[in-house]
Amino acid sequence: MMGRSLYLKIISAVVVFGSWEIGGRSGVSFAFPPFSESMVAFWVLVADGTMFKAYAETLKPLVVGIIISGILGIILGIWIGLSEKFDWLISPIFIVMQSAPLAALIPLLIMAYGIGLTSKVFVVCIMAMPVIVLNTSAAVKNTPTNIKEMAKAYQAKYSDIIIKVILPASSPIIFAGLRLGVSAGFIGAILSELKITPTGVGDIISFSRSIADYPSMYAAIFSIILLAVLFLNILERTEKILFKGSNQGYVSD
Amino acid sequence: MILFGYRLPAMSSLILWGLLWEIFGQLEVTYFIPSLSAIFITLIEIAPTPAFIKAISETAHAFIVGIFFAVFIGVPVGILMGKNRIIDELLLPWVNMFLSAPLTALVPVLMVLFGFGIKSIIIITTLFAIWIIVLNSRAGVMQINRSLVDMAKSFGAKPQDAFFKIYFWAALPEILGGIRIGFIRAVKGVIIGQLLISIVGFGALFELYSSNFLMKHFWCVIIVLFAMAFTLSEILAHLERKVSYYASKRG
Amino acid sequence: MNKENAVTVKNVYKNYGDVEALRDMSLNFPKGELTSLLGPSGCGKTTLLKIIAGLLPATSGEVIVNGEIVKDPGPDRAFVFQDFALLPWASVIRNVAFGLELRGVAKSERESIAQKYIGDVGLKGFENSFPHELSGGMRQRVGLARALSVDAQVLLMDEPFSAVDEQTRRKFQEDLLNLVKDQNKTFIFVTHSIEEAVYVSDQIALLLPRPSRVSEIIRPTSFKNKDVDSIRRDSEYLDIVDRIWKSLRSYVE
Ligand SMILES: Nc1ncnc2c1ncn2[C@@H]1O[C@H](COP(=O)(O)OP(=O)(O)OP(=O)(O)O)[C@@H](O)[C@H]1O
Ligand SMILES: [Mg+2]
Repeated sequence: MMGRSLYLKIISAVVVFGSWEIGGRSGVSFAFPPFSESMVAFWVLVADGTMFKAYAETLKPLVVGIIISGILGIILGIWIGLSEKFDWLISPIFIVMQSAPLAALIPLLIMAYGIGLTSKVFVVCIMAMPVIVLNTSAAVKNTPTNIKEMAKAYQAKYSDIIIKVILPASSPIIFAGLRLGVSAGFIGAILSELKITPTGVGDIISFSRSIADYPSMYAAIFSIILLAVLFLNILERTEKILFKGSNQGYVSD
Repeated sequence: MILFGYRLPAMSSLILWGLLWEIFGQLEVTYFIPSLSAIFITLIEIAPTPAFIKAISETAHAFIVGIFFAVFIGVPVGILMGKNRIIDELLLPWVNMFLSAPLTALVPVLMVLFGFGIKSIIIITTLFAIWIIVLNSRAGVMQINRSLVDMAKSFGAKPQDAFFKIYFWAALPEILGGIRIGFIRAVKGVIIGQLLISIVGFGALFELYSSNFLMKHFWCVIIVLFAMAFTLSEILAHLERKVSYYASKRG
Repeated sequence: MNKENAVTVKNVYKNYGDVEALRDMSLNFPKGELTSLLGPSGCGKTTLLKIIAGLLPATSGEVIVNGEIVKDPGPDRAFVFQDFALLPWASVIRNVAFGLELRGVAKSERESIAQKYIGDVGLKGFENSFPHELSGGMRQRVGLARALSVDAQVLLMDEPFSAVDEQTRRKFQEDLLNLVKDQNKTFIFVTHSIEEAVYVSDQIALLLPRPSRVSEIIRPTSFKNKDVDSIRRDSEYLDIVDRIWKSLRSYVE
C-alpha cells in the first residue's frame, strides 16, 4: 500500500511538473518559463551562494518574530485561559485580529518604524500572534475538568495544577497553534520583503522580475514555497511523534 | 465575565478599548494614533468620495468573484476526493502543500502573467480560499456515517439521489466550516493582493494616504476593513452553528 | 417445516481479504416468520444480513429471495439499522417517507403512507420533529416506520434494539411480536440477547464463531400462542434460554 501511494505521488508530480514544462515550452507567455529552465536557474542560485545569503536575510525577521510571538503569545494565551476577567478583556482583540486582513497595517508600520528590521519583525508578529494566543487559550480553557478535579482531590497546589496538569494537557494544541503561527509568519516575512524593502529572497524575486529574468524569479518563489512547506511538514511530523495518541485540533485556521 | 451579578456580553470589552483609544488619541501622544472620534468624522467625510466608493466596489468585485470560483470549484473537487480514492491520492499532496504554502510569494508571478489589474487579485483571492474549502469538503464526505450510505443503497437510491440527498447534506457542516475559513482567508488574500499590486482598490488608497501621511484617512480604511471582515466571519460562524446542531447527533 | 421459504441462503462464502467471515453458510427463512441470528461477536451476522440485503456481494454461493437470486438491494427487502441511519437534517415525516421518496413516489402519496406508519409506531404528533429532538427509542421507531412504509416482504434488522434502554426494549419486543402476527412479513433479526431471541423468534439460528456456519436451529413451539406476559415464565422458554447459553458459553470462555 505504501508503494502504491508513493507511486501515485510520483505520477501526480510528473503530471504537474510535466505540464509546467510543456506549458513553458509552448510559449503560453513570455513570462512563463518551462520547469527545466527554472530548475537550472535554481541550481545556479544555489551554487553561487546567492540563495544562502538571501535566506540568511529572509529568515532573520521570521525567526525573531516567531520567537517573540511564540513566547508572548503562549504566556498571554495561558493567562487568558486561566482568568475569566483577562479573557473578557483581551480575547476580543485577538478574535478580531484573527479574522482581519492584518496586512493592511503594513503601510502604517512602515510609517511608524521605517523600512528596517523592526517593521519586518512586527509584520511577522502580528500575523503569527493571533492563532498562537487563541489556540493556547482554548487549549487551557478546555482542559478536561475531571483531571483538574482529580488533582484537586489530591490537594495539588494551584501552581502544580497549572504546571503538571493544564500545561501537559494543552501542549498538543499549543504546539499546533505554534505551527500555524509559523505558517502565518512565513506569509508575513515574504509580504514584508515584497512590500517594505526587497531584501533576501524578496530581493531576488523583485530584481529578477525587473530585469525580466523570469527563470530566476520562479526559482526563488519555488524555493521559498518549498522551504515553508518542508519546514511545516517537519513540524507536523514532530507534533505527531511528540503527542501520539492525544487529540489535536485548532480553534480555526 | 460577570460584573455586579450581570453577565457582560462576549465582545463588550471592545467598547472599553475604544474608550481607551479615544483618550489616548485626545492626549495626542503620537501623531500615528489619532482619536477614534476624529477617525469617525473623517470616515463620514471620505465615505461618499468617488475614490473610496471605487476602492470598496473594486475590492467587493474581486472578493465575490474570487470566492465564487473557490466555492464552486473547491466543494465539488473536495466531495470527489472524499469519494474517490485515486483522485484523492493524486490531489491530496498538492492540496496540503498549497494549504500551508505562503501564497503571497505567488503574487509576483500572477502580476507578470495576468497583469497589474483585477484579474490577478481575483486569482490570488481564489488561491487563498480554495484549499481549505477542498480539504473540509473532503473531510465532510469522508466522515459520512456508513449506514446512511447503506440505507440509501438499500432503498435502491440512484447515484444522483445519493449525491444530492445524502452526501451533500451529510457533509454540509464541514463544507460550511471550510467556506467560513475560506472567506476569512479570501479577505486576507484580497488585501494582500491589493497591497502588492498597489494600483487598484484599497491598494491605491493606501498608497495615496500613506504617501501624504493622512493618518485619519488611513485608520478609516483599516477600521472599515476590520469591521467588515469581522462581521462577515461572525455571520458565517452563525450560519455554521445553525446547521451543525445535527453534526453532533450523527451517532 | 412445510412452510414456504421467503429467503434461502445457499452455500454462501464470504472473505474479507484473508479473513474468512462466512464458510458454506446455508439457512432457510420461512415466510411470515421471525428468525433470529444469534452468535458470538464478530461471527458474521451483520455480514450475512448485508449479503441478504444486497449491500455486500458474497464471495460465492447465492441468496434467493422470493425465487430470485439477490444481486442488488431491492424493493422486496428493507433494512433496519442498528444506529437508525436517520437523516439528521430531515423531519420525522421526511425520514419515514425517504425510502418511498427514493423510489419516486409522489410527495402527497408518500406522506400519507408515512403518516400511517408514524401512527402505527406511536409517534403521532412528532411528524415535524427532527431526529435530534427525539429519544433513542423514538428514533428507532422512525427507522422502523421507514422500513415498514416501503412495504417490503422481508425486514432485515441488525441489532435494532441495542441502542435503546431496557424498558423501551421490552416494549419493542412486544410490539415486534404483534407486528409479526399482524403483518404477513418475514423478519430476519440479529441480536446479542439470548432472552430477546427466544422471546421474539419463531426460529433461532445459532452461529459458530468465524468462519461462521449454522451450528443449530431451534424452533420454540409451546409458548408461541400464549399472551406476551406469560412467555417469560413459560418452562420451555426458560429451558431454551438455558440450552442456548450452554452451547454459546464455550465460545465466550
Ligand atoms: N469491511 C470489512 N473488512 C474486513 N473485515 C471485516 C469487514 N467487515 C467485517 N469484517 C470481519 O468479518 C467478521 C464478521 O463481521 P460482522 O460485522 O459480520 O460480525 P457480527 O457477527 O455482526 O459481529 P457483532 O456481533 O460484533 O456485530 C469480523 O471478524 C470482522 O473482523
Ligand atoms: Mg454486527
